[in-house]
Amino acid sequence: MQISNGYTVHLLEGLYCYLRRLLFKVLCVGTVPNHIAFIMDGNRRFAKKNNLAEGEGHKAGFSALLSILRYCYELGVKYVTVYAFSIDNFRRKPKDVQILMELMRQKIEELLQQESIINEYGVRLHFIGNISMLSEPVRVAVDKAMRVTAHNNHRVLLICVAYTSRDEMVHAVYQSCKQKWSHLNGEEPSKAVKNGGIEKVKGIEDKVEKHSVPPPSSCSLIELVDFERNMYMAVAPDPDILIRTSGEARLSNFLLWQAGTCPLYAPSSLWPEIGLRHLVLAVLNFQKYHHYLENKKEKKKHKNF
Amino acid sequence: MFSLRLPIPIENTLITPPPKSNNNNTYNSSLCAHSYSSYSHSQTNRFLTVRNVALQKNGNSVGDSKDTMMQPFPEELNAEPLPRHVAVIMDGNGRWAKMRNLMPSAGHQAGAEALKEMVRLCASWGIKVLTVFAFSTDNWVRPKVEVDFLMSLFEKTINSEIDVFIREGIRISVIGDASKLPSSLIRMIKYAEESTKENSRLQLIVAVSYSGKYDVVQACRSVAKKVKDGILDLEEINEGIIEQELETNCTEFPNPDLLIRTSGELRVSNFLLWQLAYTELYFDGALWPDFGKEEFVEALSSFQQRKRRFGGR
Repeated sequence: MQISNGYTVHLLEGLYCYLRRLLFKVLCVGTVPNHIAFIMDGNRRFAKKNNLAEGEGHKAGFSALLSILRYCYELGVKYVTVYAFSIDNFRRKPKDVQILMELMRQKIEELLQQESIINEYGVRLHFIGNISMLSEPVRVAVDKAMRVTAHNNHRVLLICVAYTSRDEMVHAVYQSCKQKWSHLNGEEPSKAVKNGGIEKVKGIEDKVEKHSVPPPSSCSLIELVDFERNMYMAVAPDPDILIRTSGEARLSNFLLWQAGTCPLYAPSSLWPEIGLRHLVLAVLNFQKYHHYLENKKEKKKHKNF
Repeated sequence: MFSLRLPIPIENTLITPPPKSNNNNTYNSSLCAHSYSSYSHSQTNRFLTVRNVALQKNGNSVGDSKDTMMQPFPEELNAEPLPRHVAVIMDGNGRWAKMRNLMPSAGHQAGAEALKEMVRLCASWGIKVLTVFAFSTDNWVRPKVEVDFLMSLFEKTINSEIDVFIREGIRISVIGDASKLPSSLIRMIKYAEESTKENSRLQLIVAVSYSGKYDVVQACRSVAKKVKDGILDLEEINEGIIEQELETNCTEFPNPDLLIRTSGELRVSNFLLWQLAYTELYFDGALWPDFGKEEFVEALSSFQQRKRRFGGR
């Protein structure tokens, strides 16, 4: 009986996988988003709702993350960005912060294991944020994860930790000024610039062109290109969709610069409850928006002639 | 669900708006007939909707006769919390006009009336700052005739409302890149800002030729210049320093508590990027000219139910 049950479960899982892949093939007829960003909100409420201990909600959230990553990568989404820990979260109770830091370290180690999704899909890991604010064990794990996955080039996972968008912009200004200042003083350009700095990605020139920013005045020091090059998120193109779970409709200092024109989707489910249906709905909406954008561009082209 | 509707969505070529009729007091007639000559008066009456707008011979103003400025506080709302700063992306004018077989300029005229109503409601209910996205830097790519019409609409509206603003304690500020604006509009803006700068009941910030990215970049350039000139040390650069250089430094409360976007589009379209870090977002399916008191009360009610944690507990 047990063997037969196990067989049935295995069969059903296989069928589910097959149907999911079929669904993704249908979705791929339209444009697949290149980059999806997630605000993983609702872990603590999930724990409270299910009478779980402190930290268990985040563990459930991590499982949900692995599922969503699998769906995204299967679908063909190349970049996934997740908001794991905000600088603002440091204001929580020290004990809660400590639990989260330890959980983060454990999960990073788990991700690096041979059988994990990271190796299955050849995912490169980037940790985005003010990493110096993290505790040392986490910093060590972060450095290791980035080093070990640096050669992967099929998919990318950007994990925002000790991150806020405003802090990112302050950092970008600081770095831009530092580079310009060194240049003006005739000193050696900073190492960052010399070694090619933050890795440029295809499409960054597109990013520059589409911004309607007035040309710099004669005494201007910073160009848009300088600023964008020094953003932590310069390693990825702008997100095509931003999804925030738990029904809260706010950005909470996440990707303010990059998600300025990006469609927002806010399902009411808590993060550990996020499922395939949410992703599919978000992608369908994106495809409708994208289709509209392309039509608009076509009409504009014909009008010009 | 999504579209590339920018704050001033215009799809058809605009025509010059008709001179105001002096013989008819109705709201309908201020938008109908004359230059929209392909439509009969009766058709226009059928299509246009009126929302709590005071009627006047010369068009509607924010504070009309018999003290219509004060709108009683709605019973459905609690006294607290109310947003101190409300921002609005006024989307849907073009679609509103299209649905009624009107020219887009009619949509913008109707949108201007909705804005006046919004100003009236905010001033009545104790909201301190109202920021509206009137014209994006991306809108400059529109056909010249459309852009010219909008510039003249801004100028005309500011001109017609200055006296009321002065009387009702409303301060007007305009943010955005002024370098592309017609000089007559720049003069009008300067006059309006100067005339109302002491007012403190409500500050109306109108974003014209504005983008959030432009705002952040110009702030960063100012900071860089201060570093270069030795006024500021590199290590002193922080969020507060950048905030002081943003265009919203014209107000004591630069960060909106609530952002409303009409017409159902679910994105912020490069509006107030830095300032929206913790703003509650509210998306309404109504087109902007149809956004009135009822819809605003719903938005405020939604705001009052939100739990704002700012990342902490």
